[in-house]
Amino acid sequence: MQIPVEGFMYPNEVELQWSVLIVLYPFLTGLVAGAFILASLERVFMVKAVKPTYRLALLTALAFLIVAPLPLQLHLGHPERSFEMYLTPHRSSAMAMFGFVYLWYLLAVLVVEIWLDYRRDIVVMSQCTTGWKRLVYRVLTLGSTNISERSLHIDERVGWLVTVIGIPSAFLLHGYVGFIFGSVKANPWWSSPLMPVVFLFSAMVSGIAIVMLLYMLMCRLRREPIDMDCVDTVAKYLFYTFIIDFSLEMLDLIHRIYEADESFRSLDFMVHTRLFLSQVVIQILLGTVLPILLIGVTQVVKLAAEQRKRIYVVAGCLTMIGIFAMRWNVVIGGQLFSKSFLGYTTYKMGFVTREGLLTAIVLTVLPFVILGVLVKLLPPWPEKKSAISSVAVAAYGAD
Amino acid sequence: MKAFKDAGHLFRLASVFLVGGVLFLAFRGVLVPRSFGQYGHYRADAIKETAALPISYAGHQVCEGCHADVLEVKSKGVHKQVACEACHGPLATHADDPASVQPAKLDTAVLCVRCHEANLAKPKNFPQVVSAEHSGGAPCETCHQPHSPAIVAVAGGNQ
Amino acid sequence: MSITRRQLLILLPAAAVAWKSILAGTPEASPNYNMTEHWWGMLVDITKCIGCGSCVRACQMENQVPDGYFRTWVERYHVSDYDIENPKVDSPDGGKNGFPPATASDGKNFFVPKMCNHCADSPCTQVCPVGATFVSPDGVVLVDQKYCLGCRYCVQACPYGCRFVDPKKKTAQKCTLCYHRITKGLTTACCENCPTGARQLADLKNPNDPIHEFLKTHSVQVLKPYLATRSKLFYNGLDGSVR
Repeated sequence: MQIPVEGFMYPNEVELQWSVLIVLYPFLTGLVAGAFILASLERVFMVKAVKPTYRLALLTALAFLIVAPLPLQLHLGHPERSFEMYLTPHRSSAMAMFGFVYLWYLLAVLVVEIWLDYRRDIVVMSQCTTGWKRLVYRVLTLGSTNISERSLHIDERVGWLVTVIGIPSAFLLHGYVGFIFGSVKANPWWSSPLMPVVFLFSAMVSGIAIVMLLYMLMCRLRREPIDMDCVDTVAKYLFYTFIIDFSLEMLDLIHRIYEADESFRSLDFMVHTRLFLSQVVIQILLGTVLPILLIGVTQVVKLAAEQRKRIYVVAGCLTMIGIFAMRWNVVIGGQLFSKSFLGYTTYKMGFVTREGLLTAIVLTVLPFVILGVLVKLLPPWPEKKSAISSVAVAAYGAD
Repeated sequence: MKAFKDAGHLFRLASVFLVGGVLFLAFRGVLVPRSFGQYGHYRADAIKETAALPISYAGHQVCEGCHADVLEVKSKGVHKQVACEACHGPLATHADDPASVQPAKLDTAVLCVRCHEANLAKPKNFPQVVSAEHSGGAPCETCHQPHSPAIVAVAGGNQ
Repeated sequence: MSITRRQLLILLPAAAVAWKSILAGTPEASPNYNMTEHWWGMLVDITKCIGCGSCVRACQMENQVPDGYFRTWVERYHVSDYDIENPKVDSPDGGKNGFPPATASDGKNFFVPKMCNHCADSPCTQVCPVGATFVSPDGVVLVDQKYCLGCRYCVQACPYGCRFVDPKKKTAQKCTLCYHRITKGLTTACCENCPTGARQLADLKNPNDPIHEFLKTHSVQVLKPYLATRSKLFYNGLDGSVR
């Protein structure tokens, strides 16, 4: 397959190293970090209005976190050797830390927090379900059916502590993903101390947006009214985070334009040609400026609930597209120009290949499937059959 | 004591993690390659494995061991610093078994122009010609002997 | 002329023994090599390069480099005197089969052989997550083919474009400075086959190596010095436009 090259590339640079799967990886990880930070708003920062999204945000984070390492794994030349990251992690490598940051976040933060928060439900369910479901719940109880008030109080306190630890962990998780790119001094498109911060804020933006969309979707599916107070608050946080994110990205851009170092002419050319659609049109105009303006309108003008809902849905979807485009422009854009600054290559995405579009689509859909299972297993909203559970609580809460 | 009882499930969770951690350490102890870390954060045996790769180019010293006659001619000409295998190709197999592995016959029409075809980017003092105009189609070795390319005065020759 | 190996042994005992140890292939067979006594680098004299591509061909044959990828390659620069910031560069098939005649006669034209810089502070080994690539004790950047997971982070981190992932082996590949040769007293395949001596293997720890005299008496430069990689690929006559 001949890859079209413009100007001069070092001969080994013509082929892109990191494909659409590596675009997906920071995108998925960003959703995890963002969703968790939204959840922590209620728990730690006492923003009671967002309470209806708390559990949903946690489950969303878990669903995406389970899928996050898959694109990496599929991209490796030797996936069977990936365990070496745990055997002999190289301390000077940002990527080596992934295994540990990931495990820490998955096991020590998310799973523990969800377990503690759902423990009462799990114990109740282990009593009032049958078949394989019962077995799953029984395993999840770890053999302890103690849901006395005192034990739940302990769970509450420990859960709070885990969330407090979780916030810097979420920052670490995504800040470090930014560092993987930001620390490559060979690549001026990536090399920037702002990269981790930009990644972090864009992660929060995408995480908040997806939980907002999912919450509205779930309400629709369950034919329940949307808690407008909650959605308004989430949208407000989305708005402010987005403004910070946009400011940081513009700061980076202005800094680059003003400093205009040796790489500038090459990168500037790239942004005006190969990246124009994905960077300027999709990421900046459609994916950032437009949603900020849309949500901005709801902050300034008093609109009816129905109108606000529509705006939130449109803005949320645009946000997701914009953040995905941002990941695309970082990962793919950073490989389109030559490190000699004398030429440009082209990214040819396969369709039914190991790193092709189909794989990317499957990996994007997969977290939603997992979320569906999680929601079935651990319903994030108050159970309807409260009568049954109160009986169970009465029966087992006493011992 | 009451607090311990009500936190019992937490201890169960902790022990799950503990078991996981111990298993991880055990696996790690078994799976890390033995020579890892001998010189640095890498498998020291990888150095040996790289050093043990097969050789294709024997090197001119080995050639000269047998072909002293060619060396004699070559050392007097401008090609004295051109290694044998630069033209003759990789011949470690020949050096190992001179009888059965014979080098292929070379084509000067291809070989000479690789270096001597005129190109603006070549150093000015390097001898170069536009081959199409230079010999009028005659093969290079009509006038130049590759091992010592200077044209020697021959009877009837014009140099 | 037919000389059997047996005769070779009789004729040149010293050379033959050395050759035997080389063929045996195992480093144990060349016991005189001590890693701590060497610190390898290379000298490239741009004023001598004729762009014949011998080094590229030799490297591909010696190291079975897959088609379309390069452990070493040659670039041709054309720098116009009115636009020195924007050189025109080409490297058809890595310069493997030489270069077509240059057309623009304004400004200057020259060849630049490229390869791994064997940096002492190599950005590529720094980023390897598992320690599958490293600077050996004698200063050569190597890849552990049995340990590399093919994540390609090192390829991204190399500022000089010297690494690639083998399409078949799926591991990172790069110039080994012909480690299998230099540990047995031979020079690299590219140096061996350079007809003009534009490439010279250099042992910086050996006080008798001609590199020291050369470095003392010439203006020598490395590529992208501002990246502070402590490159050991020294260029003589390197033009400022080269990147």
